[in-house]
Amino acid sequence: MELIERDVMAYDVAIVGGGPAGLACAIRLKSLKPDLSICLLEKGSEFGAHALSGAVMQPDALDELVPDWRDDPPTICVPASRDEFLLLTRTGRRRLPTPPQMSNHGNFIVSLGSLVGKLAARAENAGVDVFPGFPAAEALIEDGRVIGVRCGDMGVDADGSPGAAFAPGVDIHAGVTVLAEGCRGSVSKQLIQTFGLDADASPQTYGLGFKELWRLAPGRAEPGLVQHTVGWPLDSGTYGGSFAYHLDEDRVYLGFVVGLDYADPQFSPFEAFQQFKHHPSVRPLLEGGEIISAGARTLIEGGLQSLPRLEMPGAVLVGDAAGKLNVPKIKGIHMAMRSGMLAAEHIATETRAEGFDALWRSSPSADELRRVRNIRPGFRRGLWFGMANAALETVTGGRTPWTLENHADHRSLDRSDGNEQPALARADQWLKTRELPPRDRLASVFFAATEHDENQPVHLKVADTTVCATTCYEEYRNPCTRFCPANVYEMVSDGEGGRRLQINASNCVHCKACDIKDPYQIINWVTPEGGSGPNYQNL
Amino acid sequence: MKILVGVKRVIDYNVRVQINREGTGVVKEGVKMSVNPFDEIAIEEALRIRERGDASEVVAVGIGPSAAQQQLRTALAMGADRALLVETEDELQPLAAARILQKIIERELPELVILGKQAIDDDCNQTGQMLAALWGRPQATFASDLKIADGVATVTREVDSGLETIEVDLPAVVTADLRLNEPRFVKMPDIMKAKRKPLDTLPLTELGVEMPAALEAGVCEPPPKRAGGVKVESVEALIAALKEKGVLA
Repeated sequence: MELIERDVMAYDVAIVGGGPAGLACAIRLKSLKPDLSICLLEKGSEFGAHALSGAVMQPDALDELVPDWRDDPPTICVPASRDEFLLLTRTGRRRLPTPPQMSNHGNFIVSLGSLVGKLAARAENAGVDVFPGFPAAEALIEDGRVIGVRCGDMGVDADGSPGAAFAPGVDIHAGVTVLAEGCRGSVSKQLIQTFGLDADASPQTYGLGFKELWRLAPGRAEPGLVQHTVGWPLDSGTYGGSFAYHLDEDRVYLGFVVGLDYADPQFSPFEAFQQFKHHPSVRPLLEGGEIISAGARTLIEGGLQSLPRLEMPGAVLVGDAAGKLNVPKIKGIHMAMRSGMLAAEHIATETRAEGFDALWRSSPSADELRRVRNIRPGFRRGLWFGMANAALETVTGGRTPWTLENHADHRSLDRSDGNEQPALARADQWLKTRELPPRDRLASVFFAATEHDENQPVHLKVADTTVCATTCYEEYRNPCTRFCPANVYEMVSDGEGGRRLQINASNCVHCKACDIKDPYQIINWVTPEGGSGPNYQNL
Repeated sequence: MKILVGVKRVIDYNVRVQINREGTGVVKEGVKMSVNPFDEIAIEEALRIRERGDASEVVAVGIGPSAAQQQLRTALAMGADRALLVETEDELQPLAAARILQKIIERELPELVILGKQAIDDDCNQTGQMLAALWGRPQATFASDLKIADGVATVTREVDSGLETIEVDLPAVVTADLRLNEPRFVKMPDIMKAKRKPLDTLPLTELGVEMPAALEAGVCEPPPKRAGGVKVESVEALIAALKEKGVLA
C-alpha cells in the first residue's frame, strides 16, 4: 500500500460526534476556557442529520448549559401535558398506572436533530471548529496513548483505490480526545477493545428503535400527549414497546423500541413496529395521514453495571458512546449532556483524561443510574416479572442489595429449528395483511433520505461471508436479513444453486444493529465516506 | 482575468420536498440547505481555469437570506478567493436574479461569468440566458467542456442532437452542465482558511434594481399519487387488460 501524505491539524481537544454529549462538552469547555482550541467532528452531512431520539427531553441539563434556549427553541418543541401508559392485547388495551419515572410533567417533546443543529450553531459562534461531514475513521494511538483521530478518506473507489477526486483524511492531534459518538460508536468500540475498558463490566445490552414523523388528518393529535405501550405485538419474553408523542400542527412522533436480546431468530423488529401501527387503538389515528420522515437507531440499555471505564490515556467516553441512557425513564439526552459538561469541567481543570471516570461515578448522574440499575435486566425474565421487579426497585429507590447482570445480545438467539416465520405469526398473533405505509423496509428507507455514493467501498465489513451461506443459514436462517431496519442484508442466489450474502450498503441508516446482533460477531460497521448516511428531518 | 460564479442556496437534493399545510409553497423549516449542485460544478470549473493559469481571481456571488453565507463559505472552502452576498429575504425569480447579477457585473467587471445551467429548486434554466441578454454579451449554455485562449472561450455544449462546440468572445456567460467536471471534496484545512477569506454582504435595496414581479405563483400541490399496479393471471388476461386501456388494438 502506497504511503498517503496527510495533513495534520493540532488541537487542545478533539470531540468525535456532534450529538448532545459532544456539543454540550464543546460549549461548556469553550465557556470555561475560551483559549482552548477545540475541534468537533460529525459524520452526518450536517448537524442533526443522523440524530434520532423519541424524544421527551428533561430540560434541566439544557437549562444549565444554555439558559436562554427557549428563545430559539428547536423547530419541534411541545411541552408534555399528559401521560398514558397502556398494555396492549391483540384486540384491546388497558390503562396501567404510569410508573413514576415516566411522568413527564415539565418535560418537552423535541426534535433532537433540530436541537443539536441549534447547539452546533452556538458552539461554532463560541469559536469551536465544527466539521460536519467529516467522520473520525479510527483512533490514533502512540505509545499506549490516544493522540487523536484520523478522519475518513474521501473519494475512494469501490475497490479501495483512490479515485479522481481522492482527498485523504486529515489526522487530528489532540491533548484530549472526547468520544461522543453515541450508541455503539465505531471508534469507541475500537478503543473499548484496545484498552479493555469493559473488562470489569457486565456485557452491554442494546435496543433497536424505530421512529416515524406523521402528519395526521386534522384534529386527531392532542398536542403534548405522551403515550407508551407494552404488550402486543411482542410476546412477554421480548422487551420493548411503543411511543406516540403528540405534536402541534397535526403531527405525531410514532415509534417502537425492541430489546436486541430477543430470542426468536425469525423475529423482525421492523415488522413488529408495523404490526403495532395496525392495532385497533392506533390505526384510526394514522389513517388518512402521511409519513414525513422516518429512521432507526440503536439505544444502549446496559446501564451502570455495563458501563465501561470512561477514561483511557488521552481520551474519555461521554454520553451513549459509554452508555448513559436511563432506560426506565426512557431518557438519555439530559444524561448525555451532563456527561459532556462534566468532561468539559474535568478537562478544563485537569487538561487530561485521567480522573474522569472517578469524577463521573461520584456525580449525581451515576446515582440516577444506580437507582434504576436492576429494572432493565429484570425484563430478561418476562414482562410480568419485569414489571413487578421494576415496582420493587422503584419503591426501594434501588436499595436492593443485589445487582442483576446483563447478557450479550449476540448470544441471545435460539436456534431457528427450520422455522421460516416468527413465532408470533405462527401463533396467529400477528396480522397477515397491513395497509398503512410504508409497505416494506425499502419504502421506509425512502423516508430516511439516506444516501451513500455507490462508488465507495462497502462500509459494512463482513469478515467471512461463507458463514452466512453455511453455518448461519443452518443455525439461524440469517437473522441479519430481518433485524436490519434498512434491508441492507439479503441472501440471494449465487447462480450455482446456493446462496450468498448481498450487502446493499447504500441503504444503511447507521443504526449499528448488525454490529451488535450478528450472532457470530463478524460484521464490523465502519464509517463510510463523510456526509453519507441518512438525512433525517425533524427527528 | 476575473471569473464570477453564481452560488444559489437550495434545498438539498436528498431532501424529500413537502408542500406546506397552507398549500402556498414548500416546507423549508428544519430542512437541509446546500449549494445548488450545478453551481458547485460552476465553482469547480472556475477554480480549474484559475489553477491552469488562465484566470487570476474567482469571485462567488450569492443572492438570498443571511443564512446563504453558509453556501458562500462552502465556495470559499473549495477555493474561491472572495464572496459577495446580495442580501434579501424575498424569493427571487430568474429575471430579478439576472438583473442583480448584471449590477454586480458592472461593479466587478469580470471577463467570464459561470452559472449553473439551472437550480434544482425551481429548475427554471433561465438566469444565464437572461443575464447574457441584459449584459449584451455572448452565451454558451449547457457546457460540458470549457477552454479559454486569447480572449475566446471554446465551449462544448450538450444539445438534444449530441454535442456542439462553439466559440464565444469574452466577456461571456457560460452555464455548467452535469458532465463539465466532478467537484472536489472540501478539505478541513481549507474550511479553516475560508473563515478568514473576505465575504461581503450588500443589502439588495442598495443596488437600486427594479423588481417587476413577472410571474405570480398559483396553487402548490403535490403530484397525484400513483395508483397501485394490477396482477393478471394469464397472457390472455394481460392482452385483454391492455386492449381495455387502449394500448393494444
